[in-house]
Amino acid sequence: MYRYDNYDQTLVDERVAQFRGQVARRIAGELTEDEFKPLRLMNGLYLQLHAYMLRVAIPYGTLSSQQLRKLAHIARRYDKGYGHFTTRQNIQFNWVSLEETPDILAELASVEMHAIQTSGNCIRNVTADHFAGVAGDEIEDPRIYCEIIRQWSTFHPEFSFLPRKFKIAVTGSPHDRAAVKVHDIGLRMHRNESGEAGFEVLVGGGQGRTPVIAKTIRPFLPKRHLLSYLEAILRIYNQLGRRDNLYKSRIKILVDSVGVDRFTQLVEEEWQQIRDGYLELPAAEIERIRGYFAPPAYRALDGKVPDHEAQLRRDFRFARWTRTNVTPHKRPGYSVVTLSLKPVGGVPGDATDAQMDAVADLADRYSFGEIRVTHEQNLVLADVETSALYALWQRLHELGLATPNVGLASDIIACPGLDYCALANARSIPVSQRISRQLGDLTRLLDIGELKIKISGCINACGHHHVGHIGILGVDKKGEEFYQVTLGGSADENASIGDIVGPAFSADAVVGAVETVIDTYLTVREDGERFLDTYRRVGLAPFKEKLYAAH
Amino acid sequence: MPLIRKTGAVDDPWATLEDEAALPAGGAVVVSLARWQANRDALLARPGPLGIFLRSDQPPSLIAADLERFDLVALDFPKFTNGRAYSSARLLRERFGYRGEVRAVGNVLRDQLQLMLRCGFDSFEIPETADVATWLSAFRDFSLAYQPAADARTPVAALRHRPALARRVDHEEDDAAPARRSDDAAVEASVVCAGYWAY
Repeated sequence: MYRYDNYDQTLVDERVAQFRGQVARRIAGELTEDEFKPLRLMNGLYLQLHAYMLRVAIPYGTLSSQQLRKLAHIARRYDKGYGHFTTRQNIQFNWVSLEETPDILAELASVEMHAIQTSGNCIRNVTADHFAGVAGDEIEDPRIYCEIIRQWSTFHPEFSFLPRKFKIAVTGSPHDRAAVKVHDIGLRMHRNESGEAGFEVLVGGGQGRTPVIAKTIRPFLPKRHLLSYLEAILRIYNQLGRRDNLYKSRIKILVDSVGVDRFTQLVEEEWQQIRDGYLELPAAEIERIRGYFAPPAYRALDGKVPDHEAQLRRDFRFARWTRTNVTPHKRPGYSVVTLSLKPVGGVPGDATDAQMDAVADLADRYSFGEIRVTHEQNLVLADVETSALYALWQRLHELGLATPNVGLASDIIACPGLDYCALANARSIPVSQRISRQLGDLTRLLDIGELKIKISGCINACGHHHVGHIGILGVDKKGEEFYQVTLGGSADENASIGDIVGPAFSADAVVGAVETVIDTYLTVREDGERFLDTYRRVGLAPFKEKLYAAH
Repeated sequence: MPLIRKTGAVDDPWATLEDEAALPAGGAVVVSLARWQANRDALLARPGPLGIFLRSDQPPSLIAADLERFDLVALDFPKFTNGRAYSSARLLRERFGYRGEVRAVGNVLRDQLQLMLRCGFDSFEIPETADVATWLSAFRDFSLAYQPAADARTPVAALRHRPALARRVDHEEDDAAPARRSDDAAVEASVVCAGYWAY
C-alpha cells in the first residue's frame, strides 16, 4: 500500500498544527461557531445531535494493520469503544470531544492517516473497488490512480470551496464494484482498440434528492491526461455550478441544465487549454505510485487444497460461510474474504475496538497486514491462502465477524440516521436491525439469494437507498417516522434508480412491507433468477398489488 | 477595510467608485464592470490608475482583451463559501497572463489566505476586527503543496523527482507576492512549473 514520504508526512503534520490552532481560537472565543464550522468540517468534524462526530479518511478503503490498531485505540481512548465504517469507505467516531480532536488527528498522523476533506464542499475521499488488486477481471489496480487523485486534490487551492461536495470513484474492472455511475465523476478503466488502458469518464451521477445515473463525457481518456481532465471538469463546475440553492448545486444539476453535449464541449474546450501543461502524468510517475501497490509476496501455490475440500464437506457452517463470504482470488491457492459487519440484529458497519484489534492481528497473520473497507460497510482480507480459511473462519466466528450473509438480504447498508445525524428525518439503524432479525434465518436468506437492501434516514441518501434492490427512505410525516420503499435500484455496471412503490409505510409496517416484497419475489421468480432480474422482468405491478392489497 | 499582502499590512491607495458617482480627476479608482463598459473612453482618458471589480458571476474572460488597461482586478467573495473567484484568479494569471494586482475582497477568512495566494491573489481585504499578525501567519500554515497553481511554489511531485529544487522552497517563501515578481522570477517560476513532473 501507499506509504508517506517526508512530503506527505509534513503536510499532514502541518494540518494537525493548523487545526490545533483553529480549535484553540474557537475555545478562546476568537472564532464564532459560524466561522469555525467550515474549518472543522474541512477536518471531518461534524456537530451531530448528541456530540461531535469525527470522520476519518481511509483513502480508497485500504488500511494497514497498524492503522486499524490505531483506529481501535482511538475508539477506546477517545470514543465509547466502537467506530462506524461508512459507505465512503471511511470510519466515523460518534462521541469525540472538540478539545481532544487535535490529539486524535495527531494520533492519526503518526500512522499516516488524517481527516482531511472528509467533509465540506471539496473533493472527498476517492473510493475504489474493494477487490482492487485481487479481482480476476481487473485491468489495473484502481488505487494507483486514486492515490494520484488523492494527492492532486488534497488542499487543492482552486477547488476547496466548490458549489457542493464532490465525489470521485474509480474501478479498474469491467464489473463495477465501486458504484462509479452514481458519483460526481466515475472513472472506469478499459482498453481502447489498440489495447491501451485508459478511462471512460462519467460525470453527473449521484443520489440525494435527485438521483441520476452518470453520463459518459469521454469514452476514452489516456492515463497521462487524468489530472488535466479532472481539473478541466472541476474548473467548469466551480465556475458554473449553482450556488444559490443547496439542492441544485451538485454537478449533476449543472450537467442536466446545460445538457450533456454542451457540458462536454465546455470541458473539452477548457481541457484543450491545459492538457499538455504541467499536469500531464508521465509514465514514470504512474509506475512510481504503482510500486506501492505491487502484489505482496505470494507463495507459488497450485490451487489444489485437499484439506479445504475436506473441511467444506465436514462442516456445513464453514461451507455456508465460504459460499457467501469468500470470493475467488486471481492467484491460485488464495481467496478473498469478506468479514461481515452485519450480525443479525446488529448496527451495520459498527466495529468494536476489540474487533478492530483482532482483525488487525488476523490481517498480519493471514493477509499480509492489509485490510479493506467496502462501501457496503464490511471489511475484507484480500490475500488469504485458501488452506488457511478454516482456521480464519473459526477465529472470525468467535469474534462475531463471520455472519454468512455477504450479498444477502441481511447485508444491509444503513446510514446513521436519526440516532446520530442532525440531518435525518427518521431512524435507519433500528429499521435495519428489525429487518435483519426478521430475515435472520440463514436457510431462508440463501433461498432468497442476492438482495441488496439499503436504508437512508433522509433524502440525502447516505444509505444509498436509490440504488438498493430494495431501498428504504425515512421521511417525516407530521412528526412521525415513515418509510418510502423503492424497488429495482442498482449501483453496478448496469446501474439503475429504484422506483417508488407508493405511499410510505409507518415504522411498524415497513418491516412487513419488506417481507411482502420478498414473498412476492419468491412467488413470481423463475428458476435461478435474482431479485433484481425478476423485478426487471415483471416490473412494479405485482409488488405494488401485494403491498397495497389491504388498503 | 484593512489591506494585507503576504509581507504585511499595507496602505490602500484605491478608492471604489460607485456607478453613479462623478469621475474624480485623479487618484486610483476601482470601477464595476458595468461602469467600465459604459464609460470606457472617459475612464481611459483620465490620468491615474484604474482598477476593476468583478462579481463572482462575472468571469475574467469578459475583460481578457482589456487587461492591460487595469492595474488592479478586485475579485469578490460574496460569501466565503462561494469559491468561483479562485478559478477567476487562476485564469487571470495562467490563462490571460495578467501581472497586475489581484485583490480578494468580500467575505475573506483567515484560513483561506494561503489558498487564495496559491491561486494568484496578492492582496487581501480583511475584517476591521482581524488581528493582522494572526492573519499573516496563515500564509505559513503549509510549507508544501501537492499541485501546481498560479504561484511559484514548486509542487511536491517536482520536489520528489528533483530534490535539488527542495532547497529553493525557502527562497521562494521569501519572494514578494507572485504578481509583483520581477520578470526573472516569473521566468524562473514558469521553468519550475514546466518541470512539475520533469526529472
